[in-house]
Amino acid sequence: MKRIAVLFVLVFCSAAANARQSPSDEPKPNAAATQSSISSPEEARMQALEDQVRILAEEVALLRGELRTLRDANSTEPPSGGRVLFASSHVEPSMLPPAPAPPRSASAAPDPPLPQAAQTQTFGGATSNAKLLNPDISLIGDFIGTAGHNPVSPSPSLQLHETEVGMQAIIDPYSRADVFLSFGETGVNVEEGYITFTSLPAGLLLRVGKMRAEFGKVNTIHNHALPYIDRPLVTNNLVGGEDGIDDAGFSLSRFLPAPKNWFLQGTAQVFRGDSDDVFTASRAQDLSVVGHIRAYRDLTESTNLDLGVSYARGYNNTGANSTTYNPSDFTTNLYAADATLRWKPLRRSIYHYFMFRTELIWSARDQLSASNRFQTQHAFGMYSSADYRLNRRWTLGGRFDRSGRATDANLTDTGFSGILTYWPSEFSQIRGQYRYGHLWDVSTNGFINANEFLFQVLFVMGAHGAHPF
Amino acid sequence: MPNAKPIQRFTSFIAAFFLLFALSPSPADAESKLFIMTATTDLAALAQEIGGDRVDVESIARGYQDPHFVEAKPSFLLKLRHADLLIVVGLELEIGWLPPLINQSTNPKIQVGAPGYFDASRFARILEIPTGVVTRAEGDVHPLGNPHYWLDPDNGLRIAKGIQNKLSEMRPNDATYFAQRYDSFEQRLKQAEQKWVAQMKPYAGRKIVTYHRSWPNFSEHFGLDVVGYVEPRPGIPPSPQHTVELIGMMKRDGVKLIVVEPYFDLKTPNAIARDTGGQVVVLMPSVGGEKEITDYFKLFDYDIAKLKQAFDATR
Repeated sequence: MKRIAVLFVLVFCSAAANARQSPSDEPKPNAAATQSSISSPEEARMQALEDQVRILAEEVALLRGELRTLRDANSTEPPSGGRVLFASSHVEPSMLPPAPAPPRSASAAPDPPLPQAAQTQTFGGATSNAKLLNPDISLIGDFIGTAGHNPVSPSPSLQLHETEVGMQAIIDPYSRADVFLSFGETGVNVEEGYITFTSLPAGLLLRVGKMRAEFGKVNTIHNHALPYIDRPLVTNNLVGGEDGIDDAGFSLSRFLPAPKNWFLQGTAQVFRGDSDDVFTASRAQDLSVVGHIRAYRDLTESTNLDLGVSYARGYNNTGANSTTYNPSDFTTNLYAADATLRWKPLRRSIYHYFMFRTELIWSARDQLSASNRFQTQHAFGMYSSADYRLNRRWTLGGRFDRSGRATDANLTDTGFSGILTYWPSEFSQIRGQYRYGHLWDVSTNGFINANEFLFQVLFVMGAHGAHPF
Repeated sequence: MPNAKPIQRFTSFIAAFFLLFALSPSPADAESKLFIMTATTDLAALAQEIGGDRVDVESIARGYQDPHFVEAKPSFLLKLRHADLLIVVGLELEIGWLPPLINQSTNPKIQVGAPGYFDASRFARILEIPTGVVTRAEGDVHPLGNPHYWLDPDNGLRIAKGIQNKLSEMRPNDATYFAQRYDSFEQRLKQAEQKWVAQMKPYAGRKIVTYHRSWPNFSEHFGLDVVGYVEPRPGIPPSPQHTVELIGMMKRDGVKLIVVEPYFDLKTPNAIARDTGGQVVVLMPSVGGEKEITDYFKLFDYDIAKLKQAFDATR
């Protein structure tokens, strides 16, 4: 315990030592006499000359302002937001005296007290006063319409499926926090809310809070950031549906030593063990764990390969209902492998993009058979999807799904989807998806064909922080 | 502590070890080169001018890449985790990709606000800071001002001065060296700037159209008049209606030149040029946009040569 305390003290000491920053801004007085004026009879040249004189006059004003700033400020770096400027820092020519004096040489004595007009000049951008110290707040609306026939998992015809409010901010020099609240049709849910410690020693990255587990790819992605409207069948059948493994706990990750040009990262997570219908903690010690290893490599400047393996283990809900069996006997083990190939030419990155992704998931679920015997169901599911950006506004995608059911591995659902996305701008998105499913229907004890058309409108308000790659 | 129990001795040993570790600067601070990562190539070029052979500099974005849309690839993390200094453009230019890279870098030195985080925009003169109500009806506006400020040699000089101070602070022993490098850079840049201004002088006040709002600082410095944009709003792709209006305006005002950044599609600009009898000229907003643009000076050399050529051709 003592050692841990010492370690903590040291960590904070070293972090605190890094806290102060004091560079100095001492822009050199510009020898403004960059051009010598040559008189010319032509009108055009006179015009040009006048313009230049005006520019020079502006520069003189700027330099004076600069000098004033330097004199005023003892600590020379303007603190962020310390020098708030509402008006444009561009000094309008009209603000200047009509016939400015010619600029003096740089060797001249210090300037006399400055005119008021020059004080409007500052360097650096403006800072919006209203949002000082407030988190970046964003809201994403996700409207979904569904038409067609699907008795197995029916969706409402029209719904504001989710309204996600995000708040993201740097907490202190050592951490930042991200909170995403999801307002659905049935209530409010903290989709994620965690603090990330960014300044830990030994290259460790620690997250504490509720978060989407680092299990495969799709499980980590928010609804609005997916390349489809729904989630793959395998997510619904084996990994707990829309929310997936999303639980409260700790996450620790670190870069691992890797061959040259490979990026290798390991993540270990411990959760309470309650994640939708995947994991259920009937006792306090029924924690679930998730492990993930990611390997990434740039193949070329525009092409890259992203591979991962994941493991998750937790207790399921079988034992909770049983009187004869111990709940700790019933675990669910999930194994997954994912691969992503991306291509995005740098010169035309806003026009063209291709991504192929596949995830394979194996589930081993302990449960009771129909005859009340202990059994382990081994189900397998996968999806493959591809997206191609046709131009700046249109993207075409497709997905193939196949997955057994966690509780009955013999029942394998199959499906495919075609997706077309249109972006009016970066901040709104309109998407259509045709979805076919060959699904097991429990009520009729047979497979049915489901044909559906899904329609989605997404809109983004505010500053939504970038998502991890 | 002759009578101390082994466990106590062990604890104090561990504590002493960590104390030593915490107090002594790591060897990298004392001797080796500073490793500087920059968001864009222009900042890398400026850092290289000042840092000379005492630094290693690498940029995340390439010169021919749209700096708004860089992918936060994990391969950048491998470099960022070793960086001593991260120089960013700021003004929310990199908001779509840099924050996750910084967060995941596990490098305390370059976290926002740490000594190794250097926002170059604080040293530059910023234009187009919006006033009044800022909404996205204006497109992808930058509420803090136009982030393409490095295309003004005066700003280049200001940023270089900031970098000089920062490097001198990080490596006090090399302060004289950095000061010399800065003086030399200032002298060369002023000379070059006189040459550029003289080259552009015959075209002062000429009206041009640009694709994106990347050129306010450039056009202000060199006396060009940007009267329209191919994009109807920043970040919004060209629309037929806006294009028709733009063509009308260009014909009326006799605007002949359409400046396009290397990462935009040339279809619409070419169509506009055909309709107006004008010319499309692809200017490089960043160092490294073309192979021959290897430093900050060659960036202006290249762009001004292209502009001259285009102005002469459309006279």
